[in-house]
Amino acid sequence: MSEVIHADHHDDHDHGPEKGLLRWLYTTNHKDIGTLYLWFSFAMFLVGGVLALVIRAELFQPGLQFVEPEFFNQMTTNHGLIMVFGAIMPAFVGLANWLIPMQVGAPDMALPRMNNLSFWILPFAFGMMISTLFMEGGGPNFGWTFYAPLSTTYAPDSVTYFIFAVHLMGASSIMGSINIIATILNMRAPGMTLMKMPLFVWTWLITAYLLIAVMPVLAGAVTMMLFDIHFNTSFFNAAGGGDPVMFQHIFWFFGHPEVYIMILPAFGIVSHIIATFARKPLFGYSSMVYAVASIAFLSFIVWAHHMFTVGMPLAGQLFFMYSTMLIAVPTGVKVFNWIATMWRGSMTFETPMLFAIAFVVLFTMGGFSGLMLAITPVDYQYHDTYFVVAHFHYVLVPGALFSIIAAVYFWIPKWTGKMYNESLGKLHFWLSFIGVNITFFPQHFSGLAGMPRRIPDYALQFADFNMLSSIGAFIFGFSQLVFLYVLIHTIRSGKPAEGRAWEGAKGLEWTLPSPAPYHSFTHPPKVTDAEVQG
Amino acid sequence: MSAQNSQQANINKTVKKLCLIVVGMVCFVAALVPLYDLFCEITGLNGKTGGPYTFDEAKAAPDRSRLIRVNFLTNTNEGMVWKFWPEKGAVRVNPGAANTVSFYVKNTTDRVMVGQAIPSVVPGAAAEFFHKTECFCFEQQILQPGEEMEMPMRFIVGHELPKNIRSINLSYALFDVTDSVTVAQTESALTVPAAGG
Repeated sequence: MSEVIHADHHDDHDHGPEKGLLRWLYTTNHKDIGTLYLWFSFAMFLVGGVLALVIRAELFQPGLQFVEPEFFNQMTTNHGLIMVFGAIMPAFVGLANWLIPMQVGAPDMALPRMNNLSFWILPFAFGMMISTLFMEGGGPNFGWTFYAPLSTTYAPDSVTYFIFAVHLMGASSIMGSINIIATILNMRAPGMTLMKMPLFVWTWLITAYLLIAVMPVLAGAVTMMLFDIHFNTSFFNAAGGGDPVMFQHIFWFFGHPEVYIMILPAFGIVSHIIATFARKPLFGYSSMVYAVASIAFLSFIVWAHHMFTVGMPLAGQLFFMYSTMLIAVPTGVKVFNWIATMWRGSMTFETPMLFAIAFVVLFTMGGFSGLMLAITPVDYQYHDTYFVVAHFHYVLVPGALFSIIAAVYFWIPKWTGKMYNESLGKLHFWLSFIGVNITFFPQHFSGLAGMPRRIPDYALQFADFNMLSSIGAFIFGFSQLVFLYVLIHTIRSGKPAEGRAWEGAKGLEWTLPSPAPYHSFTHPPKVTDAEVQG
Repeated sequence: MSAQNSQQANINKTVKKLCLIVVGMVCFVAALVPLYDLFCEITGLNGKTGGPYTFDEAKAAPDRSRLIRVNFLTNTNEGMVWKFWPEKGAVRVNPGAANTVSFYVKNTTDRVMVGQAIPSVVPGAAAEFFHKTECFCFEQQILQPGEEMEMPMRFIVGHELPKNIRSINLSYALFDVTDSVTVAQTESALTVPAAGG
């Protein structure tokens, strides 16, 4: 398909990107902003990764070697916060920026200026948060879940910076979500009905609604903290009639939808990649959509499974246990659909497909350990142990993160017009795959044996598992430098890619030339059945 | 270009609706705090007991057929150095009868301090039937250096207490709230009498 240039096209943006660095500051182009988000999240991924390696270095052997416990706590806290809010979430928003307008046949996002603002808030938010690590008294050290009163009465002075950083991140996410929903609901090309939308668009539509619903809850929680700390209120202070347990309820009412915010877009990505490399239509398109919607709904009624041990009446424990287990049903639908899509397909195993298959296998393992944690009576044993750490890292690293990496390999020909080096990509995959399993698999065992999370030192019987874990972490961490090299190598000297870079790829974005022109679909394309996923 | 204008209008409409959701969720969070307290009060979850209970002793009709054991537990929160314990560890009471027990407290420091006791009842299901007509936990205690005090607590166990509950544990956690008492109160109430010697 060739680009049609129209005579009546006379808005300000038809001359391609501006020159110079200010382009990135003033840009309202969805592709530029997508690129900014992706590089920002990559930078945050490396920062969060360094913190993780400090943690793993300290835990390499029992005893205190490198850092003080106080500093160790800051490392675990900031590792969590940076990875969740700085790496995974902005990466998905970056992918949404790049892909959603192209996939629905829109010229740009619905609100381009707000798009610029929602990105440029982030560097300030994280600048503020990371700066606290260099302040007197140190940065946040109360865990990424910042339970009160640890984050209020006993918090370091820098907690106020943390609170405002969270406010900024929330504002950025809410603006980004409003933009995404407005784009999807109003700017689809004629013929792109809701049930013909690519699954990445569907999953992001639902994710954006989750974000809009729960980000104000997070903002409310940190605002109450702010008032408790500075204005003598007692929302979470028992001495003044407040209730610390209420903090946990409010936090997890945000927190559980939040963990699905980090996985639903991954479901969309993997659905694209598996169908492409199996060279078959996606199995059960509509059941995929309904499954994502059910997971999103269920995410609002399971929050207290994070806090079984605070003391809860039996009825509450049963309700939260069963509702949590119910989530396995729609998730199972998705996993079986992916397997059915691969079944008797003519599969090839390019790097994105490898990451996608690893996603299906390892995410499912993370899901199963989640089911174990959902069982209330045994949760008393697992609570706050390394078993929990292993569980959520299995769903977040080979889950969310692998899907993001897969998406980058899959769509980078469209973004840059160049193909990555397949051998290097495969090297990156195998190093990551091996590294991630060596890191997190042993943590299941140390957790079941009773090793608590968030501690800088541990009993001798955990020494072997921890040493393994640390070795894996360093393999995984340094293999991401291979990824960086692949990216730079592709951009600088990759071989030219075709418009439809992958043989089996379907979707409007593949009808565009590679690299996608700075302004695409200024006039709505025709949506043909050949480009529809369902 | 009219298609574009109508698209812009639709976008504006969507954005307005989404902003309403955001505002709605902000209100929801604000409402969560009173809702949470209300929920705990109605269900007795968390073992929260209510405020002062009015009770006409002339109309008291103790249920002599049931005897409930009430255990008293005290503890001081981190950093609180006062001595604090119940005069009796446990009493047996009839539902519907008024009872008085007392708690001992002593400020062992050489400075004026303010304490606040926070009650909690286990099992939580008993909390809504445990009525206090008079309790030191309804107000803060200001103790001079070395001062000690007997603090009375009057309570009634309601008739409606579920039959399966035979003993109730009432726990008090004593918090040091000296720092959080406002400056105005500090100036008026905490004035140490001039040393007499």
